[in-house]
Amino acid sequence: MQTPTRTTTGRAAAGARALLLALTIVAGAGAWHLAAAADEVVVYSARSQYGQEPAIDAFTRKTGIQVKSFGGNTSELFDRLKAEGDKTPADVLITVDAGNLWNAGRAGLLSRMDSPEIAANVPANLRDPEGRWTALTVRARTIMYNTTKVKPEELSTYEALADPKWKNRLCLRTSTYVYNQSFLATMIKRSGEPKVEQVVKGWVANNPTLINGDTKILEAIAAGQCDVGLTNTYYLGRILAKDPAFPVAAFWANQQTTGTHINISGAGITANAKNRANAVKLLEFLTSPEAQQSFADSNFEYPANPQASVNPVIAKWGKFRQDDINVAAAGEFQAAATKLADRAGYK
Amino acid sequence: MLSAAAGGTFGSRPAARRLTRAWPAAALLVAGIVAVPNVVVLSSLATPNVELWLHLWRTQLVELALNTLALLAGVGAGTLVVGTVLAWLVVNYRFPGRGIFEWALILPLAIPAYVIGFTFLGIFEFSGPLQTALRRWLGAGVRLPELRSWGGVTLMMTLVFYPYVYLLARAAFRAQGSAALETARSLGRSRLRAFLEVTLPLARPSLAAGVALAMMEALGDFGTVATFGYRTLTEGIYRVWYGMFDRVAAAQLASVLLLFAAALLAIERASRGRQRFTQRERRGAEAAPVALRGVRAAAATGTCAAVLALAFLLPVGQLALWSARTWAEGRVARDLGALLANTLGLAGVAAVLTCLLAVVLAYAGRLHPSHVTRWSARFASLGYALPGAVIAVGVLIPLSAVDHWLGSVLARLTGRPVGLLLTGSAVGLLFAYAVRFLAVSLQSVDASLTRIAPSLDDAARSLGAGAGRTLRRVHLPLLRGGLAVATVLVFVETMKEMPATLLLRPFGLNTLAMEVWERTNEALWQEAAVPALAIVLAGLVPVIVVIRWSNTARG
Repeated sequence: MQTPTRTTTGRAAAGARALLLALTIVAGAGAWHLAAAADEVVVYSARSQYGQEPAIDAFTRKTGIQVKSFGGNTSELFDRLKAEGDKTPADVLITVDAGNLWNAGRAGLLSRMDSPEIAANVPANLRDPEGRWTALTVRARTIMYNTTKVKPEELSTYEALADPKWKNRLCLRTSTYVYNQSFLATMIKRSGEPKVEQVVKGWVANNPTLINGDTKILEAIAAGQCDVGLTNTYYLGRILAKDPAFPVAAFWANQQTTGTHINISGAGITANAKNRANAVKLLEFLTSPEAQQSFADSNFEYPANPQASVNPVIAKWGKFRQDDINVAAAGEFQAAATKLADRAGYK
Repeated sequence: MLSAAAGGTFGSRPAARRLTRAWPAAALLVAGIVAVPNVVVLSSLATPNVELWLHLWRTQLVELALNTLALLAGVGAGTLVVGTVLAWLVVNYRFPGRGIFEWALILPLAIPAYVIGFTFLGIFEFSGPLQTALRRWLGAGVRLPELRSWGGVTLMMTLVFYPYVYLLARAAFRAQGSAALETARSLGRSRLRAFLEVTLPLARPSLAAGVALAMMEALGDFGTVATFGYRTLTEGIYRVWYGMFDRVAAAQLASVLLLFAAALLAIERASRGRQRFTQRERRGAEAAPVALRGVRAAAATGTCAAVLALAFLLPVGQLALWSARTWAEGRVARDLGALLANTLGLAGVAAVLTCLLAVVLAYAGRLHPSHVTRWSARFASLGYALPGAVIAVGVLIPLSAVDHWLGSVLARLTGRPVGLLLTGSAVGLLFAYAVRFLAVSLQSVDASLTRIAPSLDDAARSLGAGAGRTLRRVHLPLLRGGLAVATVLVFVETMKEMPATLLLRPFGLNTLAMEVWERTNEALWQEAAVPALAIVLAGLVPVIVVIRWSNTARG
């Protein structure tokens, strides 16, 4: 009876000591991370990172200013910024999707950038009308088709995918996906809710296969699970860079009407930035031709700065007319788009 | 010792009660702190967004609720059958491979549901290698059943959640020993009928606890249902939160989820009924397993092997294959060592902390069975069914309020501006883990505590031991197995946890689950394989330790 008791007590004490030690280490690590250097820029980034952003590394090399990045999901970074309030360590918010940026602006998380250089670097329709955020890259969402089964002549507009000839041949991403929400939101701004609802109902009537992931949609089109789909073009760029024979091509939708839908990844300076001056410098650099070239080359996106050139892999899809509506529309009508999708039965 | 336990009921209970008043107070305190996020979530109901609720009602609320119920029913039935059958086979029969299956069948516990989900999709979806090959051989019209469906999600969750039932059922079957079963057999019952009529009802609290854990997991899961496009209430919460940027409405939907969780727990409690399940003899004569031969042996081996292959070998094999490929292409995560260290450190601290809290709650309930302790334990368990992100927000809001207050007080004292101390540290994260996983440790501790006869307490008291001393010298040694299981379960759970970690982790702290999230978010399953494999392997170590421990404790 005595021996087990003693070992149990000993174990409990050892456990308590280990717990204390571990707590100290974790808290210490947290405190160490918090102690940002004085001129360091802290970035909250929801732009999917595969390793570091090369453009940010280039900024540090060029200016000597250190940048600390903290990655996370957009909504979660928002809530973190809100909770941190005036004590946030973040100077810059980088995120994907214009709707997200619009929401960050409206929630008071961002402040005006007031930089003529950024205004010169990026066209006006890719910036916040109130000057709180700017695009870093442009992402086109267009029609993808299986080159062995579909002729480009059969394709024209997003709206035409509601035609019954595409019954059981369409692959879509779920409506929850933020790019689809912004896509529908922009359509609503262009054509009004009743018309868009009609179109979405038409897509749904075609019994689309819903797949979570643009890359997966492209693979499904290649495998013949469906013949056409809607995805962002850089996903196709990534695949083609590895497998030039991949049997899927991009078709530029709505060239005769509104232009192909575009979205952005972008950045703004937080409302409570401690290091404003360097944060502005960072965004000026990220929109400069040099950094823009690095964005365009590293992820097959389109540069926001027209002076940078497009990656050769995607250059062969040719120039296309972009929808020139201000991308802020994605935010204005995002909630309406989500509800419209619900009403139309688009899951 | 046993005879003393059976006979000693003359202990002075009133005196004992006075001594133990501290325990219910402690339980109430723990439950109160743990309930804070729940209360934050529930308080959102004060400002209902009528227009949004009408919209949800018209378009999807019924569908989401029915889908959620269907998933719960499927996962509940699936884990109950698989876990019980496997535990029964392994405890009562001898067949080829039994020695290996006995521990190996616990291994799927180390695989997060979202990981098995994306590996299965990778293998079995239309554009995956299997179906592509089938189409090439058998013609373009060949299709396998669609995995992105109720059946698919239920299968995935059953495969990784059944070990909860298996573990607890195995322990219960063993603890029962042979006495009851032999009695039934001597009264002319067949082995199967004796199992159905005696063993199973006696094991009910353990089975119910295991199934409840599995169902709560299913209720709070987001990663798997999102990958499979299966719409549940949890998926709806994220839809409202991310799609309509309405966190309050999301919290309101989460309150509905809380109701589901409360109902689950109520059903679990009710299934115990008013009966008291205790064991008189601790591991007395363990039933000697019966040797199976021929077809029966093959069927037993085949059943175990099939489950193990589907739930563990296939997903791990696929992960290994993908990992090898990304490794060969030099596209491996930046800092695997640091990621691993962060993951293990966080999980270890969370596991110990959570189990300490569970012991306080469970023990207070035993010493002082009252409404206070009972409801403390119940309310503290609700967090398990909440999606991690909802808990995270429930933690973040009060924590940052305290933090801002603390900051301004300190600033006034020191005369210098003070940043946020708690929000950026591991405190919030550990708090969230405790809220989320207290149910896991509590179930396990409580179930093993219930099986210790109350007469043992009386005996200890009658010999003059106080509550603390009784806990240390009588219960903890007997609870060792249950505690070990609880610690491991929480450890593994914490390692797999994604959304709360994402929102609350200290600045710059990255974990393996974060790495997996970043990749799977874009359906880059191959790239997610290395960190996912690391989670699985890291989870295997403690699982194996507990298996060894429970085996030596038996001998």
